[in-house]
Amino acid sequence: MSAQLVDVDHQAGVVTDELAEELRRRLTPDRIITDETRLRTFECDAITGYRVVPALVAFPETTEEVAAVVGVCAREHIPYVARGAGTGLSGGALPVAEGIVISLARMRKVLPPDVDNQRMTVEPGVTNADISKAVAAHDLYFAPDPSSQIVCTIGGNIAENSGGAHCLKYGFTTNHVYAMTLVLPDASVVTVGGDGIEQCGPDLRGAVIGSEGTLAIATSITVRLLRKPEDVQTMVADFPSAAQAGEAVSGIIAAGIVPAAVEMLDELAIEACEAAVHAGYSLDTAAALVVEIDGPAAQCEEDFDRVQEICQEAGSTHVRVAADAGERMLIWKGRKAAFAAMGRISPDYFVQDGVIPRTKLGEVLARMEEMASEAGLRVANVFHAGDGNLHPLVLYNAATEGESERGEELSTAIAELCVEMGGSITGEHGVGTDKACSMPKMFSEDDLEVMKRLRAAFDPTGISNPGKIFPTPRLCGEKPGPYREHPLEASGQIERM
Amino acid sequence: MPQETARRSEDTGRGDTDGGDDSGAMTAGMQAEQGPVAGVFDLLHPPSGELIDDCVHCGFCLPTCPTYLLEGIETNSPRGRIYLMKAGKAGEVEMDEEFVGNFDACLGCMACVTACPSGVKYDQLIEAVRPQIERNWERTRADKLFRTMIFSLFPYPSRLRAAAFFGTLYQRLGLHRLLDATGLLERLPARLRAMEALLPDLSMRSVVARQPAFTPAVGPSRRRVGILSGCVQRVFFGDVNAAATRVLAAEGCDVVAPRSQQCCGALSSHAGREPEAIARARNLIDAFESVEVDTVVVTVAGCGSSMKEYGVLLRDDPDYADRAADFSAKVRDISELLDELGSVAPRHPVPGRVAYHDACHLGHAQGITAQPRAVLATIPELRVLDIPEAEICCGSAGIYNLVQPEPAERLGRRKVEHIEETRPDAVVTSNAGCLLQIRRYLDAGVPLFHPVQLLDASIRGTDLSLISADQNPSSTT
Ligand SMILES: Cc1cc2nc3c(=O)[nH]c(=O)nc-3n(C[C@H](O)[C@H](O)[C@H](O)COP(=O)(O)OP(=O)(O)OC[C@H]3O[C@@H](n4cnc5c(N)ncnc54)[C@H](O)[C@@H]3O)c2cc1C
Ligand code: SF4
Ligand code: SF4
Repeated sequence: MSAQLVDVDHQAGVVTDELAEELRRRLTPDRIITDETRLRTFECDAITGYRVVPALVAFPETTEEVAAVVGVCAREHIPYVARGAGTGLSGGALPVAEGIVISLARMRKVLPPDVDNQRMTVEPGVTNADISKAVAAHDLYFAPDPSSQIVCTIGGNIAENSGGAHCLKYGFTTNHVYAMTLVLPDASVVTVGGDGIEQCGPDLRGAVIGSEGTLAIATSITVRLLRKPEDVQTMVADFPSAAQAGEAVSGIIAAGIVPAAVEMLDELAIEACEAAVHAGYSLDTAAALVVEIDGPAAQCEEDFDRVQEICQEAGSTHVRVAADAGERMLIWKGRKAAFAAMGRISPDYFVQDGVIPRTKLGEVLARMEEMASEAGLRVANVFHAGDGNLHPLVLYNAATEGESERGEELSTAIAELCVEMGGSITGEHGVGTDKACSMPKMFSEDDLEVMKRLRAAFDPTGISNPGKIFPTPRLCGEKPGPYREHPLEASGQIERM
Repeated sequence: MPQETARRSEDTGRGDTDGGDDSGAMTAGMQAEQGPVAGVFDLLHPPSGELIDDCVHCGFCLPTCPTYLLEGIETNSPRGRIYLMKAGKAGEVEMDEEFVGNFDACLGCMACVTACPSGVKYDQLIEAVRPQIERNWERTRADKLFRTMIFSLFPYPSRLRAAAFFGTLYQRLGLHRLLDATGLLERLPARLRAMEALLPDLSMRSVVARQPAFTPAVGPSRRRVGILSGCVQRVFFGDVNAAATRVLAAEGCDVVAPRSQQCCGALSSHAGREPEAIARARNLIDAFESVEVDTVVVTVAGCGSSMKEYGVLLRDDPDYADRAADFSAKVRDISELLDELGSVAPRHPVPGRVAYHDACHLGHAQGITAQPRAVLATIPELRVLDIPEAEICCGSAGIYNLVQPEPAERLGRRKVEHIEETRPDAVVTSNAGCLLQIRRYLDAGVPLFHPVQLLDASIRGTDLSLISADQNPSSTT
């Protein structure tokens, strides 16, 4: 089989009026959008720098309807892109020009949970938080907790293999999905996975998770539910420098403690979160660590005391312990609002998702600070300190001449710094459109080739979310590398803001 | 394209204004010649680019938006609407049916304002867009007719009272004959049915209840307050006003209800009928200035949120701008005022479980969620229950349940399901619209009250069940 992906442009069909009419009949007329006004609101995800207006948006409500839309796309060679809540931070749900967007937002049914076996089947448009809400009465929850959990969908979570603060202890989405019903690019419907995480045969379930909608559309997902821990303790420790906070993190891990979460926020990030949520973070501290310990009560208490000591030894100036569940929720609400609250301190931002070896934290932060001051820009930092997943937010003002270019450069330089330090360009936000051109920095040609072969096995004609993950000459120019204006931008088909 | 060029109105009496933050000063003449210039918007306060740019497109507002919750179509979400404002302002989309329909579908519940981590002021944005649509978009005849009917009925207590008294509105106004003649029966009946169904049983003495012009404080006076009688409130919930007056007096307030007051214009303002809203605001300011009060107290959340915005509404009016700002600063929801004053009147127990429904215009628009609960907590033996999914609108939303009856009904039923999950003895909320909307879907055996009615019962020592059977019009459908 050829690993060469077919460039859809060469043979792509077009969405004609007749085709739109056919889809209106297959679904219902009100669930097909083709008017220019409404189409505009589907042109980007949470990264507004990449925008492409699709030709049509369809809102199927069942697996059969998804298969019907995909079937029409397959027949006519029309590229399509699945869309959940559009909160992606890498342009994964960016439409393809003249293509179709398949929104899963109306598929929001939750089947009754299998409480004894701790699993439940949901449709892809159900939000991450609603899964936990649906089983809260049984003392169960869904562990992956991206900050966007109140809005992002489980379909998007599996596509991006999303994670969150608590993935340090509990793992990412892939550790919490048992099975999925998939609509493949030839419109066939298959089920992958089984009753548990350990399954025989090749792990197709695992291959699809994290494939960013390029292999299949998930229309039903059986998730694994965890029992809520007996005890949870949460604290916020202030530090006079990020390096000292980093030391504390290393100290905690070295002590053999596995916290449920260790998150770090710097001064700028705290400023934005406090403005949004008033969660009681100190405004006059260089860095704050949020540490959560959970588990059996006795163990929890012992570890928690030890963590407080370690923080103090590392120079913490103030430790605040959440008095009750309400305070704990507020602390998390503050932390989770961080990106979304950036509008409070800056009109525009780029967010990176680099991963570094935890031991390099101090060094990377220091380098980042130097780079930021050289570029004359501010960088806010909020990250999953426990597993070294950084989210530097490069703040800029697009209205100021030259700032977006400098911001973009700084942001890319930071991502590359992570790779240089032995880390990765993405921890949990996915590659999408945004980081496709950086893939060769991480993977050899052979590595990429294998991925492409897998992709082609699922989607030989390349109609399912084309242009994502893999660097293409179209996207990256002749030589993949850091950003430069690409031909689609020059021709006005996509824009950067 | 806009169907009509912007009409710069003598009737608004705005006089020459500065076109606002983005547009600079201009005159009526210029406007007429140039037509709209901020994309699809005219220059009279188009939605502010700066406010639009606060949105970082994160989507955190999606799950609290009732229209997104119902449809799952992102255009009908705060993020989609802000995005279209931006595109509209840049002239990249037209003011067409889809554009207008998307903003008409917005309930104005402001749940998105509460939800937004970036502090996007969607309230100011939508209030800027609505009058633009009213000025620059030609509605269909049916739509115009219906809206005109609403606005020639609701804000007038006497007409409303008459309509309510003399049988159903449908027949009373001879509307179906009119509709037949215009061939518009198809779309309108759902709306009219919605309107009829909303009206509670009105053979109540509350319909004729009038508020005394002055009620002295019981004991030494702590404050002199003016009370808004309201239009819908006065007719359908006269008992709420009477209870409010008694409670305020018992808590040491001299209560003045100026006779000259009329509708506050909230319904007009939330529907983008700016000239009408402005005229009403001026009248109300005049009415309350004439009686010199420290505070203007409101028992209807929707009215209160509008009156707190008079300063913005009249910002261009040289005669009223300052007075309007002063007036707005004096406006308090009744629970806000009672909480601020602290209670002095002794309470009697009112045993029971009541579900408290946060009216959007109180919770989201005015940020008042703690005060009504605090005030209810002063009542011995009353247990106040929180309703699941409290942040989602009940579908009342000003005239929304009249102009968009289908989604309003789905939201109403959804709200009532959640209310019933709490198994309350009664439901409490601070807005006339919510009372009417919830009443429609709630089990007839569960009475509905305004919080002040419970306080009144507690202070006077009347029995809760007694109130529900005897004095509360909303509980006897
Ligand atoms: C403020 C903010 C905070 C965030 N915090 C985090 C965080 O802490 N951790 C984290 O991991 N991410 C985070 N994200 C990123 C984002 O929320 C996640 O990537 C999320 O999983 C995307 O879900 P979605 O429903 O919005 O998907 P979309 O953005 O709509 O789509 C994302 C990708 O999934 C594909 N897709 C969607 N549905 C399906 C389906 N049913 N089948 C197959 N493919 C599908 C799309 O084609 C696209 O490639 C954050 C985003 C924002 C805006
Ligand atoms: S929550 Fe606020 S910033 Fe985020 S999309 Fe909604 S309005 Fe924009
Ligand atoms: S005001 Fe209410 S209906 Fe309108 S966009 Fe905001 S949340 Fe949605």
